[in-house]
Amino acid sequence: MDFFAHHILSVVLYTPLLGALLLLFVPRASENGHRMLGNLFAMLGFVVSLPLVAWFQPGKAGFQFEETANWIPSIGATYHLGIDGISFLLVMLTTFLGAISILSSWNAIQIRKKEYYMLFLLLQTGMLGVFMSLDFFLFYLFWEAMLVPMYFLIGVWGSDRRLYAAIKFFLYTLAGSVLMLLAILAIYFKAGGNTFDVPTLLAAASDFPSSYKVWLFWGFFFAFAIKVPMFPFHTWLPDAHTEAPTAGSVILAGVLLKMGTYGFIRFSLPLLPADPVMRTKIVNIVIVLSIVGIIYGALVCMMQKDMKKLIAYSSVSHLGFCTLGIFVLTPHGLAGSVIQQINHGISTGALFLIVGVLYERRHTRLISEFGGLSTPMPNFAAIYLIVSLSSLGMPLLNGFIGEFTILRGTFEVNKTWAAWASLGVILGAAYLLWLYQRVMFGSVTNQANEHLPDLNAREYATLLPLVALAFWIGIYPKPLFVYLEQPVREIVERVNPGYYKAEHLTLPSGADEKPAAPAALAQPAVTPQSPAEPR
Amino acid sequence: MVQFFNGADFRLILPEVQLTLFALGILLTDFWLERREKYFNAVMALLGVAFSGLTLWGMPYRLVSFLERTKIGNFNLGRFAVPGLIRASSEAAKTTRPHLMDHTGSILIDPFFIFFASIFLIATALVILLSVRYLDMEDEQEGEYYALVLFATVGMMFMASGIDLIVQFIGLETMAISFYILAGFLRRDRRSNEGALKYLLLGAFSSGILAYGFSLMYGMSATTNIFGIAQGMARTGESGWLVFLAFATVAAGLFFKVAAVPFHQWAPDVYEGAPTSITAYLSVASKTASFALLLRLFTTAFWPSNANWTYLVAGVAVASLTLGNLAAITQSNIKRLLAYSSISHVGYVLLGIVAGNETGMRGISFYLFAYAFMNIGAFAIVIILRRKGLIGDELDDLNGLYYRSPGAAVLLLIFMLSLAGIPPTAGFIGKYYIFLALIQTGHTWLAVFAVLYIVPALYYYFRIVVHAWLRDPTDKVSIAISPMQTVALTATVLVTVVAGIYPEPFIRLAQYSVFLPFGALGR
Repeated sequence: MDFFAHHILSVVLYTPLLGALLLLFVPRASENGHRMLGNLFAMLGFVVSLPLVAWFQPGKAGFQFEETANWIPSIGATYHLGIDGISFLLVMLTTFLGAISILSSWNAIQIRKKEYYMLFLLLQTGMLGVFMSLDFFLFYLFWEAMLVPMYFLIGVWGSDRRLYAAIKFFLYTLAGSVLMLLAILAIYFKAGGNTFDVPTLLAAASDFPSSYKVWLFWGFFFAFAIKVPMFPFHTWLPDAHTEAPTAGSVILAGVLLKMGTYGFIRFSLPLLPADPVMRTKIVNIVIVLSIVGIIYGALVCMMQKDMKKLIAYSSVSHLGFCTLGIFVLTPHGLAGSVIQQINHGISTGALFLIVGVLYERRHTRLISEFGGLSTPMPNFAAIYLIVSLSSLGMPLLNGFIGEFTILRGTFEVNKTWAAWASLGVILGAAYLLWLYQRVMFGSVTNQANEHLPDLNAREYATLLPLVALAFWIGIYPKPLFVYLEQPVREIVERVNPGYYKAEHLTLPSGADEKPAAPAALAQPAVTPQSPAEPR
Repeated sequence: MVQFFNGADFRLILPEVQLTLFALGILLTDFWLERREKYFNAVMALLGVAFSGLTLWGMPYRLVSFLERTKIGNFNLGRFAVPGLIRASSEAAKTTRPHLMDHTGSILIDPFFIFFASIFLIATALVILLSVRYLDMEDEQEGEYYALVLFATVGMMFMASGIDLIVQFIGLETMAISFYILAGFLRRDRRSNEGALKYLLLGAFSSGILAYGFSLMYGMSATTNIFGIAQGMARTGESGWLVFLAFATVAAGLFFKVAAVPFHQWAPDVYEGAPTSITAYLSVASKTASFALLLRLFTTAFWPSNANWTYLVAGVAVASLTLGNLAAITQSNIKRLLAYSSISHVGYVLLGIVAGNETGMRGISFYLFAYAFMNIGAFAIVIILRRKGLIGDELDDLNGLYYRSPGAAVLLLIFMLSLAGIPPTAGFIGKYYIFLALIQTGHTWLAVFAVLYIVPALYYYFRIVVHAWLRDPTDKVSIAISPMQTVALTATVLVTVVAGIYPEPFIRLAQYSVFLPFGALGR
């Protein structure tokens, strides 16, 4: 138990890997062995991550559950894991969505089951590694290694244009990441060239000259912008999401894209140059790209004939909100962005599952093939409606919380940006409801749809947890904000030092009612201690 | 005063002597052997490699004991000591490693030699293991094959240990002539004959150019010792263009051997035509040996004029990267594809020389080490596809490999990832070191350029993977792998993966091997 407590992150990280290795020994002919073992280990991966919830201390500064070991001393790379509030939420999202999406592939995957479950578990380890690594070398290793299983998931089990989509995904992401490798090396040398430790290097980076940091920023930017994906770099996403098998799409949208936003928060923000002119320039570029992404993604959604492609483009729009929230550099924006990332994982993950439900029944995703489905599938219709509403930002559901917090954070900084971004919310409602209307309402137009079976137990098991989470976050999001308060404060203090001095604002975690709370949580050296400093 | 080799000198070339004796032994015993006993030749050859390897294994300890015995810390250049040069890099000289040199100053046994000789011996052993069944298929199971492989190895080892132009040239020619014959070993195959002839003609031409460069070097310094030449060229104050001409001709000769652009045209044809085991050997060992020789010359004789030629090497590197990567995209023959990809790998290694610091040299060593395993591994997959009636070197021959032999498909994937430079594989660490050195020396744009070429590289390596993994099999014949091939495949994949996940010991090895007598570039 003691070992477990001290190495909990490693345990969470390698449980899926262990599952993948054990799958090697299951004979290929086995009928159910692969999917049972795969599901078992995905579930186990989620279960072993649960103690994190109990043991994580939200108010504590810095990283928790840290593990350090020598790895490659010659180049200064160490095996260093650790999480803060932001990565904690993303780790939980990963283990949770991983278990759900593996469960969803029970019937969908009929060929090469052994490889499917192995690769999926490997992918889990890769993604968790990205969120946990506190060593640039280790981070890069996971970041790149994770591409291989995803490539195969799309390439082997995808639909018609899978080969094209798979290699496009791989090459796009790779092009960004190799530039990031150079940026990592540049930081490494600038900081003395003896360690790849993330906290050390980022602390050292705060003293770099602004002109140097501009280059570093752009070096990292492409890797993350392609991954997110931001507006001009998004073209791989519709292909990859549409062609991937359902579970692959869920993981792609739910977790993989968050690696980009996570990278922005963890690495890009500390590398923003201190010089106000350069910084404003960078921030403006990124924010304009985000807003263009929000509106462009939403408009493109309107025109789609393929349900999956529509949802894929909606990711471009939703992730635009996330990047917008990150780069307005306010606590609300940042916290809202992280919440919205979680929400997007839940809502869009559920939407992809819903398309998967229809696809398993009809083997088509064309909107025109459906219509009036609420008659044969009433329960499905109810869940789909909830998920749609959650994705478009209906109050009392999770999407609203994220978008509202981001827009509030944006509004503080620039009202025009907020106005444009809220246009995205309206368009979001339009395309999602229109999709729902075309697919579910009216009379059944296609004979083939008349006797579609409603959801089965396994499909309930994948969708209901997501619906429950959507309600929970929508009604009572405070627990999530509690986790975010401390890391968000640390980041904003670093990148936007004037903020807390100028404004006495806190997150909607209930701290408003108790003015002393934020000061007690804050780092004493930077923040004004007394609540007697009113705005 | 002429000093002949004495007993102590003889011990320095013992690994080469052992190989030669075994090779001669194979030539003799081959007459006795029945057709079905020919595999005995391979066993003999492996024994020769093992003996040579054992001798080599003991050498690092002798370096130390020699050091203790004579209390010599730095490079003892004897009568070739170059006061000016040594002083200029006294910092680097302090860190130079112990070594042994023969009395005539033509053989240098140092970590650099031991490292590269080990790569040659390992590559030779792997190639012999892969050859036996392949030659049976080709119906060319002859003793000469193994003897020539060993002779080529002897040549390579002298290329790495020689510090005298004559020794180096003879080593190079021993290797090259063995390869001319080996490349054409499939007498009844037209492609093999064409490739061998092309290789012979162009190779002889390039050797001539190299010899011309050597003669210029001798002319400027009146010595054939490379340290002496460095001193001589510095002392006589020859005008820059003459030194540069010597450099250009020597470089042209060596760039031909490593198949760098624009001296690469022979490579695809020879690689395609040669027996696949020899293609693997040629692409790994011959290239590594030529790099060893190139490093010996560039870091000694030509190091003082470094500033003049760095841009030339950078240009060749960029051209190799560009042409190798772009030409590989359209190939449909695996051997040709790997030929072009090996041209791009040369580009990366040359970039290490452009960086020209200690990190760069370490990177080159690691890169070549990793390359030896992953490339032989990749060719090994092509070799196991060979069977009666199927050459197995077209991309379509790989179709559905995954269904026919899942293990081989996994190995192929690992080798391709490593060749492309995706972590956690040895190939990534090699590339990482090259980029590290470039960033460290401020060649940021070169680094950006080189790093972006990973993207097309991944594309064409994954064309191979797509055929093996995602296409349906076009023939149902399952793949038979002989025990010897299994050993070779296991060794290559183990090193490829382990050196990627835990590269520490291999990095130390590469660090140990660094040969940079006049120190790093002060840039």
